[in-house]
Amino acid sequence: MKMPQDNPASLWSAIIATGNLSSRILVGLNAKANWAELVEGSIVESPSDELRGKSVLLATIDQFRAAAALIELDGIARRVVLFPPDVSREHLAYVAKTAEADILVTDQPDLASVNHGIGRVIFCNQGIAQAHADRGEQIETEWILLTSGTTGVPKLAVHTLASLAGSARHTESSPAPIVWSTFYDMRRYGGLHIFLHAALTGTSLVVSSAQESVADFLTRAGAHGVTHISGTPSHWRRALMSPWANRIAPEYIRLSGEIVDQAILNQVRSQYPHARVAHTFASTEAGVGFNVDDGLMGFPADVLDSNPLIEMKVKDGTLRIRSSRTAFRYLGADSPTLKDAEGFVDTGDTLELRDGRYYFTGRRDGIINVGGFKVHPEEVEAVINRHPVVAMSLVRAKRNPITGALVVADVVLKAMPVDNGAIAQQCDILQYCRAELDPHKVPTAINIVPMLTIGESGKLVRHA
Amino acid sequence: MDVKSEIIAQFRQVAEQQDKRLAPLTDNLALLDSGLDSLCFAIVVARLETSLGADPFSDDEDARFPVTFGDFIRFYENAAR
Repeated sequence: MKMPQDNPASLWSAIIATGNLSSRILVGLNAKANWAELVEGSIVESPSDELRGKSVLLATIDQFRAAAALIELDGIARRVVLFPPDVSREHLAYVAKTAEADILVTDQPDLASVNHGIGRVIFCNQGIAQAHADRGEQIETEWILLTSGTTGVPKLAVHTLASLAGSARHTESSPAPIVWSTFYDMRRYGGLHIFLHAALTGTSLVVSSAQESVADFLTRAGAHGVTHISGTPSHWRRALMSPWANRIAPEYIRLSGEIVDQAILNQVRSQYPHARVAHTFASTEAGVGFNVDDGLMGFPADVLDSNPLIEMKVKDGTLRIRSSRTAFRYLGADSPTLKDAEGFVDTGDTLELRDGRYYFTGRRDGIINVGGFKVHPEEVEAVINRHPVVAMSLVRAKRNPITGALVVADVVLKAMPVDNGAIAQQCDILQYCRAELDPHKVPTAINIVPMLTIGESGKLVRHA
Repeated sequence: MDVKSEIIAQFRQVAEQQDKRLAPLTDNLALLDSGLDSLCFAIVVARLETSLGADPFSDDEDARFPVTFGDFIRFYENAAR
């Protein structure tokens, strides 16, 4: 195999540099390979020459195939778009156009007949096949991650391997082999972070699958001796409600992606008394922030100054981050600006300072996080407002111990109903929402109210 | 109000609204095998807070999560006391 140019480094060459490849494995639901097989083989049924310099949209169901394809594509393709399986196919054409995708790489045969506007479709091999070409000169590939937009159309955030992986490098500090796993999908920032960490620090990795039950995933993770595992508070609540929570015995547990409350920290520690439990702040746009391991919700105020490489500050009530780990920009002509004039990314997460400790209180833009799924109130309001009896509506979060939050709506009707008419209209509006929206976006309660407050700007007042 | 029958009613109603096939609700049924997903449980808990006036998930930060349907009922019966 011909060695690549050293600069810029690719995921492929960085994995080789960790060494010890054949003793570490990547485990998917239906496939397993050691890292040597991954760097020597190929999952994409195409010669590298065809992928070189192209914008590739990667839309596989299977996470193992996505991982193998990323190793193959980084350093070769100009751009790789990670299209998560839970994002609606109706957005495929928009994403493809915005990312100027030349090639669709997928394991879903029926995507060939979907109108996505991409000229070339390449299917993945069932498993890792023998590689056929040397990699030659490598280029710096743009990694495109999707985040939710106000109208439901995804935004495309631009990263590179360097911004995603930072300085993750193999260290010999751990005497026993580390096996990472995560409840996250690796097409999402939280999951991608773990994949790259495992790849570049020289550990094994067990990836989850949307087609697998919690019981089966926990059993599989336990069978492979998972030592380190991450997920959102909602992932962990679901795991702890399962009789199979004891199938894993991790040394290290990380929570991220949603506001972490004291109850979930206590419950995780109670279930896994021998594990170190930490929670971290990170986001697709702002990159990694900080790690909290004192067992308490929120974070000490001095955490903001603890890392010279990641500058953090609270301005106008929200957390701002400037570092080499943030996304660079959004793709697309009409896309919003990602950084302010000084290079800070506004996370939009609101904070409250009490007794020297910051606590997350929600989102300034009102985004509701339902079990890790982001819901823009405006998108739900737009659907409700299309219902013929509705004059206006306000969608807001209701706190919930299982998913962190649920969506509820306050609705002003054009005419106040008489007798039991209100109940019938509530049901009718709900039916309409169920037909138009993903399940986590449908309000769980419709409150009929006489009026909503309009501010001086002419906009709905979203905070009491 | 009878806590158990209210819980059964909410499980059935949410399953129907969310298009889920509900398993027979026996005491030994593992909650994750009931056919309801996290969103369904979140809705059940929110509705029980309204109808029973209790949310034992939020009230006790150190409580262990219920694992079976029987645990779930006892969780609420203890909270109601």
